[in-house]
Amino acid sequence: MLSVLTFLPTAGAVVMLLFMRKRPAAYKTMALVTSIITLALSIYLAAGFETGSGGFQFVEDFSWIPSLGISYHLGIDGISLILILLTTLLTAVSILGSWNSIKDRGLAFFISLLVLETGMLGVFVSMDLFLFYFFWEIQLIPMYFIIGLWGGARRVYAAIKFFLYTFVGSVLMLVAILAVVWWYAKNGGPLTFDILTLQQAGFSGSLAIWAFVAFFIAFAIKVPMFPLHTWLPDAHTEAPTAGSVILAGVLLKMGVYGMIRFCVGFFPDVAVKAMVPVLILSAIAIVYGAVMSLVQPDMKRLVAYSSVSHMGFVTAGLFTFNQQGIEGSVLQMVNHGVLTGALFMMVGFFYERTHTRLIKDYGGMAKPMPVAAAFFSLFVLGSLGLPGLSGFVGEFLILVGVFQYAKVFAVIASVGIVLGAAYLLWMYQRTMFQQADERWLSLKDLNAREIITLVPLVGMAVWIGLYPHPFLNLLHAPAANIMAQVQPYLAENSGALLGLAGSFFGGF
Amino acid sequence: MENYIWLIPVLPLAAFVITLIFGKWWIKEASHWLPILALAGSFGLSFAAFLQIRGAEEPVVVELWRWFSVGSFQVPMTLQLDQLSAVMCLIVSGIGLLIFIYSVGYMHGDGGYYRFFAYMSLFAFSMLMLVLAGNYLVLYFGWEAVGLCSYYLIGFFYHKPEAAAAGKKAFIVNRVGDFGFGLGVMLIFVTFGTLDYSGVFRQVGAGGASDGVLIAIALLLFMGAMGKSAQFPLHVWLPDAMEGPTPVSALIHAATMVTAGVYLVARSAVIFASAPTALLVVGAIGTFTAIFAAVIGICQKDIKKVLAYSTISQLGYMFMALGVGAWAIAIFHLMTHAFFKALLFLGAGSVIHALGGEQDMSRMGGLAKRIPATYYTLVAGALALSGIFPFAGFWSKDDILGSVWRDGQYLFWAVGLITAFITGFYTFRMIFLTFFGKPRMDEATGKHVHESPWSMIVPLVVLAAGSLLAGFLGLPGRLGVLQGFLEPVFAPANHVLGIEEHTLTAVDYVLMVVSVIVAALGIVLAWFMYVRRTDLPALLGHRLRPAYKVVYNKFYVDEFYAATVVRLTVDGSRWLWRNFDEKIIDGAVHGTAWLWQQAGRAVRPLQTGRVQNYLLGMFAGLFVIVTVVVLL
Repeated sequence: MLSVLTFLPTAGAVVMLLFMRKRPAAYKTMALVTSIITLALSIYLAAGFETGSGGFQFVEDFSWIPSLGISYHLGIDGISLILILLTTLLTAVSILGSWNSIKDRGLAFFISLLVLETGMLGVFVSMDLFLFYFFWEIQLIPMYFIIGLWGGARRVYAAIKFFLYTFVGSVLMLVAILAVVWWYAKNGGPLTFDILTLQQAGFSGSLAIWAFVAFFIAFAIKVPMFPLHTWLPDAHTEAPTAGSVILAGVLLKMGVYGMIRFCVGFFPDVAVKAMVPVLILSAIAIVYGAVMSLVQPDMKRLVAYSSVSHMGFVTAGLFTFNQQGIEGSVLQMVNHGVLTGALFMMVGFFYERTHTRLIKDYGGMAKPMPVAAAFFSLFVLGSLGLPGLSGFVGEFLILVGVFQYAKVFAVIASVGIVLGAAYLLWMYQRTMFQQADERWLSLKDLNAREIITLVPLVGMAVWIGLYPHPFLNLLHAPAANIMAQVQPYLAENSGALLGLAGSFFGGF
Repeated sequence: MENYIWLIPVLPLAAFVITLIFGKWWIKEASHWLPILALAGSFGLSFAAFLQIRGAEEPVVVELWRWFSVGSFQVPMTLQLDQLSAVMCLIVSGIGLLIFIYSVGYMHGDGGYYRFFAYMSLFAFSMLMLVLAGNYLVLYFGWEAVGLCSYYLIGFFYHKPEAAAAGKKAFIVNRVGDFGFGLGVMLIFVTFGTLDYSGVFRQVGAGGASDGVLIAIALLLFMGAMGKSAQFPLHVWLPDAMEGPTPVSALIHAATMVTAGVYLVARSAVIFASAPTALLVVGAIGTFTAIFAAVIGICQKDIKKVLAYSTISQLGYMFMALGVGAWAIAIFHLMTHAFFKALLFLGAGSVIHALGGEQDMSRMGGLAKRIPATYYTLVAGALALSGIFPFAGFWSKDDILGSVWRDGQYLFWAVGLITAFITGFYTFRMIFLTFFGKPRMDEATGKHVHESPWSMIVPLVVLAAGSLLAGFLGLPGRLGVLQGFLEPVFAPANHVLGIEEHTLTAVDYVLMVVSVIVAALGIVLAWFMYVRRTDLPALLGHRLRPAYKVVYNKFYVDEFYAATVVRLTVDGSRWLWRNFDEKIIDGAVHGTAWLWQQAGRAVRPLQTGRVQNYLLGMFAGLFVIVTVVVLL
């Protein structure tokens, strides 16, 4: 089942490559149909998922390279499932959204998107380190092409920067993977890449610290955490719309996913020690990303920096290691994927009409494009955390989690929320409101295809905003697992660390 | 009775959805019917709820669905009906209904007619959710939603840069207040483990938290209230909010939404009562804001701006009352104020309508005879605002001053009395400038002056009747119907503060007479300056030039913020972006890239092109894994 899900997009891509080379209408339809079937399959998967159990489900385990302990081991828990749903939804949405925006080499573009989907799904279903690394690297290649071939004016610079950052991350991750596998084998365990086995290994000493740091930097680049974030604005800005949507929507989440599985899963004791540093970095990211957004002249750059801010919430929530923080963190990944994906999609729609992304070129767009302005306002409001829309639910849960751990970080993060309202509404005012620019008065409003692209995202934003229960239900068991992993060390450290944090940051 | 409470907010919500989706293409000019009928339905249901909750000891709590359910953090979508929410529902839906009807005439012919009624319905929904909320998070939901509607409706004429900027400013300043509110909600949860009103208040009453924590909670909540109710120093958004259509100013920025802060403090009365320090802060901020805004109101030229500062000032009175634990009296003033300030705004709208959009009082004058219905109703509102017997404002304002006196806060009382004088002055300055003297508008405008249509006059008359009679609901002492009605809600807080019902003494009567005389003196002064010796204002303005300038420019608070907070944030961010993000972080990346390139030159064979290079690197990586593992 998981294999079918993972490789279905690639199968669709192969069919497109073999039979539909010269027929854009056919291969585009094929791409869309493939992505929709994948989406349907993932929903079917969710329907069969047992929410109560903390174990991995839909497991497929075949020995692959027995001599090295590498197996083809797939399985999902609630966190993987929720991210799989996000992936399949956003892929379908971005294929529909870029229907007419890719002018040349369309076949290669849609094939890249589908291969990318396989890579992303592979990352979320892998239960084997080798397999994980394989998929992790696989999805980088189409992404690199998408930025470098179909991007904007500075696409080559952006692609190289993206490559450079990710390469460093990959090397670090590779080293860390080898280190843990080697250590485990040396200390009496079998030679294995199996993630669940390694999670029981109980790594300790300086190896644990170094491997944690290597893993952490590799994933922090992906998230991206301050100060490893500067590839993101360039990559986002230069990537074509679909690239930005997937990049913001899914790729960044792989970083946090990796942290959950490896940084916390393998080294819970180090993770507990890292709580305060990570929270500090997250708090910086929240405020820093927000103030960067405030002064960006380019809409896409603005949304890109806002991602830094929002992902700061996600990492902060995760590293509180309490239930509200963890669940809010994972839910916020979905919210951020939906809302930021939607914002990028909208900027793309505007760009297709105006061929500019600079805020100062816009103004009064609400007059020629009232429907677009209405959708845009909904996503902006969701993104700035208006209660009733999804952004609020994740953000507030995270804040409750952070507040329980150390009040000072909740206060700083709340500053980020105030700034969030400022940069988003300021952008909205300067683009949609004010005097209409004469050049844009004859622009056509969103067409039916574009509206259909956005409606599922609106639906998700409202659904999670008002009734997040089905989604949170998926997360109770995995969150309990994470808390169980760190629990012994939390207790151990509580005297020193929490006491310190409490005395400094607790207040009152 | 649980079966229908949810309908009170949901009816306007349905009207909003239908009007928004179908308004533009289908309903068009008939867009007002659905919102009006829906709100009338809400009013009817509110009345039924009011009758049913009368005298009940316990509130009715209805849990709609599970909203948040994460471990110990359990927050359902809950509505709560008690005496306080019933009164608020009646005010919101009743005044709202009149303003909706008024808008049919006022907004007639506007291109965004359907949009206006859609957003007004959304506002009605949000505000009713706010007052019917059963826990702090649902309250927060309504709180932010009314802010959103305010944002949309201030920026209704979005093509005007000032309107768009004012909407944004309102939202962001409110967010600054909500920064505190949000943290307050979290602190409540962390302290009490619940956000339900009943659970929180029970624990506060049982001494479930230390004084420090209670003060912190109260002050954080009050920060939100200061934003929403435009109290100094977060008052700056409300005058700008007058960019919105006049019915919006009347409903949202005078009668209902801006009073949400007062409601919040009154709702949390037990918490505030248990934190006397915070209570004192509430009273002090309210008192200062009352006189501060009233002084600014003296020098405004725009008729709506006068009313905006008056609103800020009157809200200050309400907080003054809350500050001495006179919860019910604050709500009483909230109610009377809703009547007469809505009336004043709608009357001002009728004047503006008659003059074809003119808002500057220096280009009005002599309108009394030409639009008599507007004139008489507006004077009724002005008398109520000034606190002249027997108009509504008299009863509520004197109740406030009386309770402040009884509490021994003589400084608050004195400032309140001076404010009453200024209030009488600026209110009648407005009346005299608008309706008396010679017409100062240009001829074309002068010719077209016309009385407003019946849909606008009828609400004015109803509100004028309310401004005359509503005060009798809250007669002082034991006679107060409203105070008695609200007793079950505020009894715990009064118990904490040890406030007992009092009987009227001679002191009370003296206080009443004094305050009426003071207010009347203000009116007389206004008459002297703006009817009798019309040369005086210009002369005084000239003589007291520096003082006049400072007041006219609203004490330069906006300029101060622009020069400090805003400038620091924007310029600082830009500096950080250009110097830190681009030079230092990216500089490091570029440096690494350069090194990489140099290294690449050294290892010539590897430099076969970027992508190939990458693929190679990846497979090399896999190869390394395999090799290392095999060798182990």
